[in-house]
Amino acid sequence: MTDQESRDREHARARAEREATHGSDTPDDYANADPNGVGPIPSSSALTTPDPADATISGSGVGAFGGRGKVRIGDKVFRYLTAGAGMFVCILITLVAVFLLAKAIPSIANDKVNFFTSRTWLVSGSTLQFGIVDLLWTTVLSSVFAMLLAVPVAIGIALFITQYAPRQLARPVAFVVDLLAAIPSIVYGVFGITVFAPKLHGIIDFLNRYLGWIPLFKKQISDPGTVFAGGIILAIMILPIITAIAREVFERTPRENVEAAWALGATRWEMVRLSVLPYGKPGVISGAMLGLGRALGETIAITLILVAPPSGAPFSPSLFYGGETFASKIANAAAEFNNPTQTGAYIAAGLVLFVLTFAVNAAARIVVNRRREFS
Amino acid sequence: MAKRIEAKNLNIYYSKFLAVSEVNFTIAPRSVTAFIGPSGCGKSTVLRTINRMHEVIAGAHVQGDVLLDGENIYGSAVDPVDVRRTIGMVFQRPNPFPTMSIYDNVVAGLKLQSGRIKKVELDDTVEKSLRGANLWEEVKDRLGKPGAGLSGGQQQRLCIARAIAVEPQVLLMDEPCSALDPISTLAIEDLIQSLKEKYTIVIVTHNMQQAARVSERTAFFNLAGVGKPGQLVEIDDTQKIFSNPSEQRTEDYISGRFG
Amino acid sequence: MTAAAPTTLAGSSKGGVRAFKNTLATVLVTAAFGIALIPLVWLLWTVLSKGLKTITQSGWWTSSQRNITYRKPGGGVWHAILGTAEQVLLCTLISVPIALLVGIYLIEYGGGRLAKLTSFMVDILTGIPSIVAALFIYAVFITTFHGQRAGIYVSLALVMLMVPVIVRTTEEMLKLVPNELREASYALGVPKWKTIVKIVVPTAFSGIVTGIMLGIARVAGETAPLLILVGYSPDTNSNLLSGFQGSLPGMIYAQVPQLGNIRYHYAADRMWGSALTLIIIVMALNLVARLVARRSKVSN
Repeated sequence: MTDQESRDREHARARAEREATHGSDTPDDYANADPNGVGPIPSSSALTTPDPADATISGSGVGAFGGRGKVRIGDKVFRYLTAGAGMFVCILITLVAVFLLAKAIPSIANDKVNFFTSRTWLVSGSTLQFGIVDLLWTTVLSSVFAMLLAVPVAIGIALFITQYAPRQLARPVAFVVDLLAAIPSIVYGVFGITVFAPKLHGIIDFLNRYLGWIPLFKKQISDPGTVFAGGIILAIMILPIITAIAREVFERTPRENVEAAWALGATRWEMVRLSVLPYGKPGVISGAMLGLGRALGETIAITLILVAPPSGAPFSPSLFYGGETFASKIANAAAEFNNPTQTGAYIAAGLVLFVLTFAVNAAARIVVNRRREFS
Repeated sequence: MAKRIEAKNLNIYYSKFLAVSEVNFTIAPRSVTAFIGPSGCGKSTVLRTINRMHEVIAGAHVQGDVLLDGENIYGSAVDPVDVRRTIGMVFQRPNPFPTMSIYDNVVAGLKLQSGRIKKVELDDTVEKSLRGANLWEEVKDRLGKPGAGLSGGQQQRLCIARAIAVEPQVLLMDEPCSALDPISTLAIEDLIQSLKEKYTIVIVTHNMQQAARVSERTAFFNLAGVGKPGQLVEIDDTQKIFSNPSEQRTEDYISGRFG
Repeated sequence: MTAAAPTTLAGSSKGGVRAFKNTLATVLVTAAFGIALIPLVWLLWTVLSKGLKTITQSGWWTSSQRNITYRKPGGGVWHAILGTAEQVLLCTLISVPIALLVGIYLIEYGGGRLAKLTSFMVDILTGIPSIVAALFIYAVFITTFHGQRAGIYVSLALVMLMVPVIVRTTEEMLKLVPNELREASYALGVPKWKTIVKIVVPTAFSGIVTGIMLGIARVAGETAPLLILVGYSPDTNSNLLSGFQGSLPGMIYAQVPQLGNIRYHYAADRMWGSALTLIIIVMALNLVARLVARRSKVSN
C-alpha cells in the first residue's frame, strides 16, 4: 500500500465517521466546522460526548494566546452575513407565497363562480367571474405533451454524448444542445408562430384523418396557433434541461456496472440497457419533472403561439386547438392591470401556477436528492 | 524562540468515535521528533491536534491538554487562530495558493494576518524565508511567477518558506516528502536539519529510514487492536527505537514483521 | 444470452436479432442528436436571414424608434439596448452579492438546518416561472406600495431569476476548491472569513464570473416581467425609476401586432432585427462565459 493510499484510507475513515452523525440534528459537516473556534471547541457542543472544553484544565495562566479571549469579530460578522443571505432567500419564497395569497384571496372571495371548476373568465365588468379549469387543462396538456416529446430525445442525446459519440464529438454536441438553452424564449415565440407553426398543417391534417376519432387529435381550428405547435416549441425549450441532467447521471454510471455488462458479452445497446439506463432512471425522471416545471411556467413563447379561443367557446380537449395557459392568460392581460380586484383574479391564477411549479420542482428535487445519497 | 510541547492524557475524537486515546509525550525545543506507525493509527491526527487543525473537520474534538511551554493551547480563552500562528504546518501534498505568485505565497500568512506591512519588510521576509527553505537561489529571478508553476519539490519548499515566514515556534510536518521524488526528498531532509536550529519540529513519516535520518526522537503509534483507537506505544531516542526498543510491538514494526 | 455458443470468435456475430437491436439503437440515439440540431439550425438561420439586413442598416445600433410607426422604415435599437442594459446591470448589482453570500454560506458554512432549507429554497427559486416573479413584484410594489410601473421593478423581478443561477455555479466552483488550500490558510493562522475572502473565492473566481455571465444571459432575454412591470417605449428613456422603457424583448414583442400587415413589412423586419440583436448579445455572453470558465484555476 502506498503512502497516498493509506492516507486516503485514513481520511475516508474520518469522513465515514463524520457522515455517521450527518443525518442527525447536529449541524456537523466539514463546512460547518469552525476552524477559528467561535466557541472554545467548535461543533462539539451538540454532541453527547463530554464537552472537552469542560474537561480541560484551564488554570494554566495567561500566556501568548491567553488574555485575548475575544471572538474574532470578522468571523462572526461574515458568518452572520452569509447566513443572512441564505435566510433572505428563504424569506423571499415565503413572501412570494404570502403576497400572492394576500392579493388573490379578496378576489377569490368575490368570485361569483367556482374558482376551481368554472370555465368562465370575466373580470372586466362589475362582477368577478373567473375559474381556472380551461387554463389548467391547456397548461397541463401543453406541458405534458412537451415533456413526452422531449424526454425520449433527451435520453437519446444524453446516451449519444456519454456512451456513443467519440470524445472529440461529445463536447461540441453538448455545446450545441446547450445553445438551445441560450436562445431567449421570445425568439422561440416569434419563430414558433411565424415560421414553425404554419408548417404543421400537413401533420395535423394527417393525424386528424387517421386519429381524429380520438378527441385529443380532432382538428378544431385552422389557425396555426395550436397547443400542438406550442407543445413542440416547449419541447425544444426544455430539451437542454432534461439532457443536461440525464447526461450527468449517465456519466456517473459506476464503471463496475458497465464493465460487468461488457464482460457478459453484451452489445453496446445491451450494456446501456443493463447498466446505464437502470442506474440513470431516477435522474431522468427528475430531469423530466424539472423540464415539466419549466414548461408549466413558460410564458412568452406560449403567449405568442397559442391563439385564444373566443369567450364562451365550447371546451375541447384537442391538441389541435388554441387555448390559454396560466402564464399566457396573465401575460395577455398584463397591459390592462387596473383595479386591485381585477388584478387579484390574475394573481390568483399566478398563485395556482406557483403552487403547481413548486410541487413539481420539489418532487423532482426529492427524487434527485434521494438518488444522491446512494451514489 | 522554539518551544517545548507536552501532551497530557490526550483523547482525540471524530464525533463520537475515539480515534486516538491517552497520548502523553514531551517534545524538547529545537529538536526533531518523528511520528511513525502503520497507516490509520492516528499519527497524523495527533499531529493535527498540536496546532488545533484537527477541529477544522466537523465533529472532531479533543479531550486533554496540549501544553506549549506550559500553556494549554486548549484553554478556554485561547483562540485557535493564534495557536496556528505560533505553530506552523506543512502538509503531505504541496499546496501553494494557485492564485498567487511565489512572492505572494511566501508572505500570504503575514499579509492575511495583519493587513498592511511595508514593502521593504515584506521583501526582507521573502528573501529570509526562501533562503531558510533553501529555495532562494532557484526562484529569486522569478518571484512574480505563479507558485503553482514550480516542481513538486520546489513547491513543498515554497510551502515551508510560507510556513516559516510567519515566524512560528514549532513546525509540524505531515508526511512532507510522501508526494516527492527522492532528490526533492533529500533536499527537504537537509532543510529539516538546518531548521531545527530555530524550531521545534515534529514530522509524521511513513518512511522509517527517513525517521532514522532526520529525527532525534521517535514516537511509535499503533492501533490498540482491531476496531480499537490508536495509541502511542512508546517515544524514545531514535537510536534506541531503531536498535533496541522497549516494546515488542515496536520491534515487530521496525523489523517489518507487520505494517 | 439465448444464442447458441459460437464455435469460433470470428463467427460470433452476436446473433441476428441482437445485432439488429444494437444497430437500431445506435441509429436512434444518433438521430436524437439530429432532431435537436434541426430546430437550432432552422431557428438561427431564420433569425439570421431575416434579421441581417436590418441590423446592418445605418443607424440601427445608434438610434431609437422615436416617431417611427409600423408604416415607416428605419430607426434603431439603441433605446432597447440601453433599457435592457440598465435593467440587467441593476439586477446584476443586486444579485451578485446576495448570490455569492448564499453560495458561500451553503458550501463553507453548510450542513445545518437553515442551510438545508436554503438549498431547497434556491431550488424552488430556480423553478419559479418568470411571470410569477413578476406578479410577486407587482403585488408588492405596485398594488401594495402604489408604485408606478418602471424599469427598476423589472430589475427586482429579474433578481429572483438571476440569484439561483449564480448561487448554483458559485456552489459548484467553491466545491472544486481543494480543502488543502483552506487548511494551508488555517495553518498559517488566517481566520476563516479571510481564508474564504482571500483564498477560496479568488481561486474559484473565474468560475464564479462564468456563473454571473450565464445569469446575465438568462435574464437579458426575459420578457414576462417587462409586460407586467414596465411598458414598452420606442423612445430612449434612461430613467429606471419612472416611465416606460425600451428593451430588446419588449421591442420584439411590440412588433407582433403588426406582423399580419401585408402592406408594411417594416414591423416584421424590425422584429427579426431586434431578435437577431438579442441573440447576438446573449450568445456572446454565453461564449465569453465559456471562455472564462476554461481559464479556470480549479480544473473540473
